[in-house]
Amino acid sequence: MKRTCKSTRPAKLTSIAAAFALTVAGLALAGCDDAGGDPRKQIGANPVLPALQQYLIPPIRIAKPVPWANDTPKVPQGLQIHALATGFVHPRSLYVLPNGDVLVVESNGPKAPVFRPKDIITGWVQLFAGAKAKDENRITLLRDTNGDGIPDLRTVFLDHLNSPFGVALVGHDLYVANTDAIVRYPYKDGETSITAQGVKLTDLPGGPIDHHWTKALVASPDGSKLYVGVGSNSNITENGMEAERERAAIWEVNITTGAHRIYASGVRNPTGLQFEPETGKLWAIANERDEIGPDLVPDYLTSVRDGGFYGWPYSYYGRHLDPRVKPQRPDLVAKAIVPDYALSSHVAPLGLAMSTGNGLPETYRSGAFVGEHGSWDRAPLNGYKVVFVPFSGGKPSGTAQDVVTGFLDADGHTTHGRPVGLAVDRSGALLIADDVGNTVWRVSAASTSAPKPAS
Amino acid sequence: MNHIAAAETDFRPDAGARPIAAARARTIHSMLVPFPVAYFAAALVTDLAYWRTDEVMWERFSVWLIAGGLVMAALVAVAAVLDLAFGRQTPAWLRALGYVVAVLLSLLNVFVHSRDGYTAVVPTGLTLSAIVVAILLLFATSATWSLTTRRPGARR
Repeated sequence: MKRTCKSTRPAKLTSIAAAFALTVAGLALAGCDDAGGDPRKQIGANPVLPALQQYLIPPIRIAKPVPWANDTPKVPQGLQIHALATGFVHPRSLYVLPNGDVLVVESNGPKAPVFRPKDIITGWVQLFAGAKAKDENRITLLRDTNGDGIPDLRTVFLDHLNSPFGVALVGHDLYVANTDAIVRYPYKDGETSITAQGVKLTDLPGGPIDHHWTKALVASPDGSKLYVGVGSNSNITENGMEAERERAAIWEVNITTGAHRIYASGVRNPTGLQFEPETGKLWAIANERDEIGPDLVPDYLTSVRDGGFYGWPYSYYGRHLDPRVKPQRPDLVAKAIVPDYALSSHVAPLGLAMSTGNGLPETYRSGAFVGEHGSWDRAPLNGYKVVFVPFSGGKPSGTAQDVVTGFLDADGHTTHGRPVGLAVDRSGALLIADDVGNTVWRVSAASTSAPKPAS
Repeated sequence: MNHIAAAETDFRPDAGARPIAAARARTIHSMLVPFPVAYFAAALVTDLAYWRTDEVMWERFSVWLIAGGLVMAALVAVAAVLDLAFGRQTPAWLRALGYVVAVLLSLLNVFVHSRDGYTAVVPTGLTLSAIVVAILLLFATSATWSLTTRRPGARR
């Protein structure tokens, strides 16, 4: 080669190199400034929302799973905690039957498809964070016949399900929300195992992508309707709008016909639904979007209005636009509802239980327990605990208090467990499914600890 | 070195022996250099398609093309090192630097393209794709796709 251009353009080369160095430095800086602020500023009705930032490399902070051994989570003065049962496979949610039997849903999501190189990396991260456990697809029953707080009967209640999550009993009909359908089973009082074939009530949005696979379920107090939390099929529509049909919504399903309508929409991932006992209103916890900063967007607890739109994907916390969504919908953004109560960012609430009163100390009489699974995409880590949001007059009335902590070690590098689904048992004690410690924990009052025996 | 240089002289091509000259000038890396260029150029096309249609399929094509281009660029780097070490080659600085800058910008670009939603492409990703293609066309492409030239010592 006899080109001579290399000697004629040294100035240009230098300027290109300088421009390149500047670009690299600029983008690297954008990627480094990612430490989150104080989560307490984002708890309550008016969370502080910082400016949106886009990552070059999103933060990945995996807390290494280490078994509990003889350790337990920590509870404040006045409460005590012990393992109700151990040795589960990825227990995700809990349900208490009228006779006191506890149902433990052992479940995990379907295999995530690989659409982009990023999906391969995400798969590895989940593997190291202990989120890739086998999907047992079953529900285990625990019964405490003598009332000592330790179950003495453990049976497989229902098997061969399809990534189940929500459970609801209405009369003698037991509804199980698989990831792709609600199935009805006949339940006889005191039964420890259901062998009858289920009947499908309705299909739910499932595969092939099924990004948010958990389907939370609650029956209306009059038993005529089921409410189902159907999460979005992406973080922020990166799988296309067509994949989001009837998702990021709370469905209302007619219990006799199986017909459904969208009760509320724009809720990215409604993972827990409960009726507030004082007002009878429907409340939900929701997981908000990722990858726009360590303090965006706060996950929330909110009452759910019939026909309400809560922003996803177009906006968050009312009218804060998300530039990652195209085309935008100003008409929907204009009516986006601001959620009632922020739980702070990336706590990943996956369990909701309304306090039913009598079993725990006075402080916990009225309010909502929220199981915060925690996530790996924020530094420092947030969540990994169970909090209590006090209610008064059917509305949140104060700052969320830590109830169960110690899932994450103080240094934030290892975790013994991660709280998921919650339930209040017949004696008023709080039950917690731990899908990394593979345990169900029971939190009761320190003085009066006697649970009622199964009847 | 003198001995080698002397031996080399015997095989030195003259004007009438072009095929032999071409064969001897061929380096390993020059066979691989076109792959990233083609992939990155295709990614610019799919980025433009995404920009015009908002159809996520195009964005996925882009990110795989850029990732594939980077894998091939890694092979180019290995081959180029071998050529420099054993092939009596010396870097053709302008082309080589242009190529390296384009590949590094594409490394940034694969991260930008890994964002979720519209801003994975518009405006930063699309801009980077266009800059990469421009740099490659202006500086890094040549008839032989080579980023090196024969070491002057080898011709003496």
